[in-house]
Amino acid sequence: MSLFELTLQDLRTGLDRREFSSAEATRAFLDRIAATDPQLNAFITVCAEQALAEAAAADRRLAAGDAAPLTGIPLAMKDIFNTAGVRTTCASKILADYVSPYDATAFARVKAQGAVLLGKVNMDEFAMGSSNENSAFGAVRNPWDTACVPGGSSGGSAACVAARQAPAALGTDTGGSIRQPAAHCGVVGLKPTYGRVSRFGVIAYASSLDQVGPVTIDVRDCALLLQAIAGHDPLDSTSVDTPVPDYAAALRTGLEGVRIGLPKEYFGEGLDTDVRRAVEQAVATCRDLGAEIREVSLPHTGYAVACYYLIATAEASSNLARYDSVRFGHRTAAAGNLIETYSRSRDEGFGAEVKRRIMLGTYALSSGYYDAYYLKAQKVRTLIRQDFLDAFETVDVILGPVAPTPAFRLNEKTADPLQMYLSDIFTIPVNLAGTCALSLPCGFSGSGLPIGLQLIGKPFAESDLLHVAYAFEQATEWHKRRAAI
Amino acid sequence: MNYEVVIGLEVHVQLTTRTKIFCGCSTAFGQPPNSQTCPVCLGLPGALPVLNYQAVEYAIRTGLATNCSIAPQSVFARKNYFYPDLPKGYQISQFELPTCRHGWLDIEGEWGVKRIGITRIHMEEDAGKLVHGEAPGSSQSSFVDLNRAGTPLLEVVSEPDLRSADEAVAYLKKLHQIVVYLGVCDGNMEEGSFRCDANVSLRPVGQQEFGTRAEIKNVNSFRFVKQAIEYEIERQADVLDAGGKVVQETRLFDAQTGMTRSMRGKEEAHDYRYFPDPDLVPLEIDAAWIEAERAQLPELPDARRQRYQAELGLSAYDAEVLTAERAMAEYFEAGVALLPTQPKAVANWVMGDLTRKLNDSGQTLAESPVTPELLTGMLRLIEAGTISGKIAKTVFDEMWATGHEAARIVEEKGLVQVSDTGAIEAIVDEVLAAGAAQVEQYRGGNEKVFGFFVGQVMKASKGKANPALVNELLKRKLSGE
Repeated sequence: MSLFELTLQDLRTGLDRREFSSAEATRAFLDRIAATDPQLNAFITVCAEQALAEAAAADRRLAAGDAAPLTGIPLAMKDIFNTAGVRTTCASKILADYVSPYDATAFARVKAQGAVLLGKVNMDEFAMGSSNENSAFGAVRNPWDTACVPGGSSGGSAACVAARQAPAALGTDTGGSIRQPAAHCGVVGLKPTYGRVSRFGVIAYASSLDQVGPVTIDVRDCALLLQAIAGHDPLDSTSVDTPVPDYAAALRTGLEGVRIGLPKEYFGEGLDTDVRRAVEQAVATCRDLGAEIREVSLPHTGYAVACYYLIATAEASSNLARYDSVRFGHRTAAAGNLIETYSRSRDEGFGAEVKRRIMLGTYALSSGYYDAYYLKAQKVRTLIRQDFLDAFETVDVILGPVAPTPAFRLNEKTADPLQMYLSDIFTIPVNLAGTCALSLPCGFSGSGLPIGLQLIGKPFAESDLLHVAYAFEQATEWHKRRAAI
Repeated sequence: MNYEVVIGLEVHVQLTTRTKIFCGCSTAFGQPPNSQTCPVCLGLPGALPVLNYQAVEYAIRTGLATNCSIAPQSVFARKNYFYPDLPKGYQISQFELPTCRHGWLDIEGEWGVKRIGITRIHMEEDAGKLVHGEAPGSSQSSFVDLNRAGTPLLEVVSEPDLRSADEAVAYLKKLHQIVVYLGVCDGNMEEGSFRCDANVSLRPVGQQEFGTRAEIKNVNSFRFVKQAIEYEIERQADVLDAGGKVVQETRLFDAQTGMTRSMRGKEEAHDYRYFPDPDLVPLEIDAAWIEAERAQLPELPDARRQRYQAELGLSAYDAEVLTAERAMAEYFEAGVALLPTQPKAVANWVMGDLTRKLNDSGQTLAESPVTPELLTGMLRLIEAGTISGKIAKTVFDEMWATGHEAARIVEEKGLVQVSDTGAIEAIVDEVLAAGAAQVEQYRGGNEKVFGFFVGQVMKASKGKANPALVNELLKRKLSGE
């Protein structure tokens, strides 16, 4: 087995036993990136030299007996995390040459443990998209079928793990941006509860929805990486100061006493038959493992996408105002005055989907429309959150599909934004509710594309998700299949 | 036509917190451009605001001092607009749920006592500053200095209760006095720590609904506020008298010409697209916090003024002067505490010689070499008859120069008052003998020359003669022994 095929946990064990060095492991991943990325385009920036220097430092730390759980482990970061000294583009032309002077907290935490930064991975521009086709650095290809999209917006994070270019990556999830690409690429992705992981230094798309999470090969790795990044950060006022449990302790087999709810709204029309079959099979597996299966209802599900595209775009229209070319970022060469400098720089710097969302959000917040759109959407959001809280009165975990279909083909939906938006119909409600959800492999389509299973937990009950996911994973073989690339 | 003037003021009060409202950068004035900045106040991608709780404390105190109710929950909102001095493309402010609401201030003047409503006081961050063409050979360039960006401000919005420029100035002075008293603002109007926008409109006397208003921006002295409002009243009256309509617009006051000119019209007015800032949680202020801030409030000028009159027997004028500034009131009270029998004497010296010395030297009360202890020490010598009031002026100057106690100065300089009747009588005799002509005048009915004799005696005694004794002896001798 090559080093690049190892899970994060295996790498940990091997490093601790001195079976190989961090430098050797890092070299293996860098070689893998060099060999496969021309086909995938998962990386925007590869930090080869710096990664080897960090690996050497990690090896010294290991030799000194001062190892933390991530010391010497190579990782990839979505290019939305500020990384001091390494450019942070957010997959946008407007930040194509931007180098941040500071580290995002989530990155600072893995760095402090001695993780090695392999590079910055591709994404939809400003995390706006569900296919990773909205990148100023080109689309990412799905490692299972390069004619297909990897999902988005954390397409690079999911693709690079699926292709074993990195053993794990960090992504962000605003409406499904970790879970949907994880499902499409056959890896594990977790969106923690809003407030569980600091957003400080994560380039904002929609501040009330954005959340950082891990993308990994399996559930154990997910717990390991979550452990490293979770917890209160005084630099993020919305991060929550509640104790971080030992997530590894949640990795138990058997589901006796666990009540799993199936929301009827998630199994209606429009659900691909392969996806339905795989998810229903997963339900049977959970029942076999001892779980009690119940039907639940999330009655406002149908309003979630509309609600999301008002709130997220409203926040985005404001969050993206700072890209005015005054202090940093792309500035037009052709402008005679201030207004032209603004409008041309932004016109040249932002892609079409980003502009579409800025305009939608600006409209939703405009005087005279605010009550009808933004305020109404906030009320709907409260109802959607209440749906989940009501359902959690009777069940511990909610189970359903991640996306209505497996990965679609490149360009299949680019002409129809609404169709694209609907691919997030099962993931968006979780962000609106602010709770946690995990995606893990539960089967394959007729054409060999991975299918994801979504587990939704109570606020701050990531351990519940890890328990169910781990038990399911141990009882199945899906996570052991590798993309052909 | 006769018009009634309607004025509402929006005052920006810059708070004296050591650090900015949403980051740890210093708020010190006059530092090299952009030297007091960080990812948060530069608006760099990914940076997030964290509220400075001292700014909240100051907002609560200001709200309490202006009779506002403090909202148990207030919400920070984003005010969206593009300008190069606004790094994030939005200003974090408060919109629907400000921290303080429904307050008032009483102003006094020729109109008597009038209560002016305060609609709201909200917290917000300041923008940066643009510097145009100051670098060599770059007259076409503009530079952005973000040292000020993120400095905490309170915006105090009055009700449209003011009816003249004088009322507006009285209100402003009152508010200025309070925030400086509280220590939440340094009150420096030149540096922009206390600045004002005025909404001015006219309506025919008797009409209920308000006329169309113009907003005059950033007027940075009391005098300019008066000038700007008076100009604006006249301008609007001319427009109305000519049958025209006042345009709703923003106008800029030009201190050079004393006029206001149009800056932007209603159609160019911004739609700020306010919405709650998702990066900040709602600000919760409970009763215990409010009481803790109430306990920090100093006695405010109005209460002090009334107490000085009622309990210390001072005149309204003296009470007004002594309470105008907190430092002076506290100095005065320290003096009264040391010499409770003589509040009037303490008041006279504080308002007289001490103020004169401070003005001459440009020093503040905190820097005064004459402390309340030194001053009252001297007043005790007067009370005991050791020195005269006249000699005391010399002693005071000496205290100012040396910082020594009055008793020591009196002793070293031999300034003890002469109350020895024999010694004074000898001088009186000499003076009367030398001024035979004036004695004749006095006895002929010209009593004004009495002062001449007093002066001569005091001069001859080098000011040390006890004035009461001098008077008594002179009277006796002039009336024919």
